[in-house]
Amino acid sequence: MTDSNECLLKTFGICKEFSSVQVLKDINIEVFRGEVLGIIGENGAGKSTLMKIFSGIYTPTSGEIHFEGKKVVIPDPLGAKNLGISILPQEFNLVDDLTVYDNIFLGSEIRKRSGLLDKTRMMERTTQLLRELEVEIKPDEKIERLSTAQKQMVEICKAVATDAKLLIMDEPTTILNRYEVDILFSLMRRLKEQGTTIIYISHKLKEVKAICSRVVVLRDGEVVFTETIEKISELEIAQRMVGRELSQVFPEKRAPRPEVIFEVKDLSVPRMLYDVSFQLRKGEILGFAGLADAGRTELGEAIFGVRKRSSGRIFMNGEEVDIRSPKEAVDHGIDYLSEDRQGAGILTSFSVAQNITLVSLFAYCASFLKFIVRKKEDEAARRHKERFNIKTPALNVKLEYLSGGNQQKVSLAKSIDPAPKVLIANEPTRGVDVAAKHEIYRFINSLTEGGLSCIFISSEQEEIIGMCHRVVVMKEGRIMGTVQGQEINEEQIMFLATGVHEGAARR
Amino acid sequence: MNRNIMVLLRRIQYEKIAPFVALAVLFVASSVLSPYFLQVKNLLNILRQVSYSGMIALGMTFVIISGGIDLSVGSLAAFNASMGILCLNYLMNKLGNEYLAMAGGILTALLLGVLSGALNGFLITRGKIAPFIVTLGSMAIFRSLALFIGSAGEIRSVSGRYGTFGMESILFVPVPVIAMIILGVVLTLVLNNTRYGRYLCAVGSNVRVAVFSAINVNRIKLIAYTLCGLIVSVSAVMLSSRFNAVSTSNLGMGFELDAIAAVIIGGTPLTGGRGTVWGTIMGAIILGIINNMLNMLGVSPYLQGTVKGLVIIGAVYIQGQKA
Repeated sequence: MTDSNECLLKTFGICKEFSSVQVLKDINIEVFRGEVLGIIGENGAGKSTLMKIFSGIYTPTSGEIHFEGKKVVIPDPLGAKNLGISILPQEFNLVDDLTVYDNIFLGSEIRKRSGLLDKTRMMERTTQLLRELEVEIKPDEKIERLSTAQKQMVEICKAVATDAKLLIMDEPTTILNRYEVDILFSLMRRLKEQGTTIIYISHKLKEVKAICSRVVVLRDGEVVFTETIEKISELEIAQRMVGRELSQVFPEKRAPRPEVIFEVKDLSVPRMLYDVSFQLRKGEILGFAGLADAGRTELGEAIFGVRKRSSGRIFMNGEEVDIRSPKEAVDHGIDYLSEDRQGAGILTSFSVAQNITLVSLFAYCASFLKFIVRKKEDEAARRHKERFNIKTPALNVKLEYLSGGNQQKVSLAKSIDPAPKVLIANEPTRGVDVAAKHEIYRFINSLTEGGLSCIFISSEQEEIIGMCHRVVVMKEGRIMGTVQGQEINEEQIMFLATGVHEGAARR
Repeated sequence: MNRNIMVLLRRIQYEKIAPFVALAVLFVASSVLSPYFLQVKNLLNILRQVSYSGMIALGMTFVIISGGIDLSVGSLAAFNASMGILCLNYLMNKLGNEYLAMAGGILTALLLGVLSGALNGFLITRGKIAPFIVTLGSMAIFRSLALFIGSAGEIRSVSGRYGTFGMESILFVPVPVIAMIILGVVLTLVLNNTRYGRYLCAVGSNVRVAVFSAINVNRIKLIAYTLCGLIVSVSAVMLSSRFNAVSTSNLGMGFELDAIAAVIIGGTPLTGGRGTVWGTIMGAIILGIINNMLNMLGVSPYLQGTVKGLVIIGAVYIQGQKA
């Protein structure tokens, strides 16, 4: 808290309903000038909805917002921008075909007197912003050529480019590795010194504890707790969030069965993967660790038949299988959970039931005409809903009305509905809160107990260490090594992933 | 009780019933404006007029749900009908059996419909060319081929019977109208109750998700265009039978616009991913009634296009307001 203690933004009794479902109830919060306010809560607690109200995407059903002491109405994102509220969205909002500087100035282009774009000045300003962020991206690079982490950095640049008074960050570190997180945090501190107020939304308690000065906990659309950060521990925050005592985070690891069920030999994809080989045992959770762009997603997609491979053989139960399309992969008992939930995982315009049965739809068709049997479909969906604890008013609700965590559970249900023998889970807990994470860990664990083998790709060291029997570490499209048992620790994994020992890598 | 009604009201998908409401309003307005409108003969006549492009609009619905478009339908109708009649005439000379010749002619037209639709689909999926471009090209190609084989004039059939079945009525309902209704029922079932229908919506909604859901996207799209081609030929055969001839320069002129308009007015978004078959039929009938009324009220035929254009834009505007 700054000594001035001035209130930048204040809300009075904000409520929000979506088709008569109350998402936010009577929200009264204060944001002080120059602070970093952490807002945390479970899936569907209403964090993103509240932020969308601040940034003009939604209008509240009732309640008032006061900004800089005056009552304001934020009709649309442009209105928010004019007030000085900038949001860093959870999902990317960049135009792939344009360059970095075009994107940063999209909608607020600098123009010459003649009305033409002043590209030189935009380039200069972009270069300066990028330098402040300590990222090495060329300002005239096309967005489509950037990695996920780099795109995130561009998003941050874009948000701060307009000299925002209030910057809202919606889970900015989900896709960053720890070095990039450090850079982000030092940038946030610098912004704070310059007087920018930041609302920081995250599931990661450690980060909230490290960067925020105060924390607001939301649960089921209500503010349940507000406190300065020094006075509360991580465990307390977690308990306030969930509203009950937390049990152990990771389920106990069960020993996999000895037989090798799945094997990849010398798999290569031009300019992406080089001679990747590994074995997977029945009931095993095999972790794939590495920095962003280590080629783990590409490996998953190559096995699943989405990406063409230039060489390599795949064996299922010792027999060679030729997989050229996702259909053939599914037929051979392999399924893939995409890390890009909205881009490749689920259909937001389809209902819960329609999403869950999409991959395995043939199993729900009966009679001579092969009509879909709705009853059977609903039954399966209900079963998954209960098993995965999916929070939805009904099975025929479109997925766009569910929160991110519940969408993720649907995505997981969808990929295990065809009863695969091997599941490639790519970032299975991305953008999901603590409680849902625990649930997902337990699901995956119980699935492996039933004989499923899992290729577990994750950028979160903790879950890789907590969940996996063995961990394959990749770097630049190659396997650098495999660790198991006691060797599975952060230091060893980072050493393999970066090729540098911990102490040396950090300045 | 009150609450139940509220729940029921909320369940109604306004988007889906909008074309029915529009049709009802138009129907009442027309019967007030003109005493002749409600005569059975007039109503059946409207249905017959809209059935030809209406059938095509049903195939177009599938193509649009898949996220594509087919501009070639009108030209395809002209070309396929011409080839059908040429084949019929040839067989009449060779075999002398009228029924066999008719069957041969019709089968040729239908087969060509399947092939030409598949050609569009093949170029779009395998060639990875945008649907708009491919069908814009084939629109030009098939019209020019039709004009070439008919020397831009009429191709008459030598069979007397060929010209009768398209004019027949069953229980007072014209044959093409019956064909459109049967197609409507079958396609509704396919769209709502089969795997193909579900996949079609998935492909139109998000191709990448469809790929990752083990759906053979190319096959789904290919089938949509092939089906559209087949339906175009059914419509083309009915039309050529009606006149017992094909006017290569006139047949199917503007059908692509009428069909797309019917689909859009019926509530299927041009971006794909969802849509209804019945909405499209309603859309086609709405266009038909508007034309009929303009004729009855003595509005210049040259101005009818203006009204049609306004209705299309208005319909999309209203749909956008609801979203």
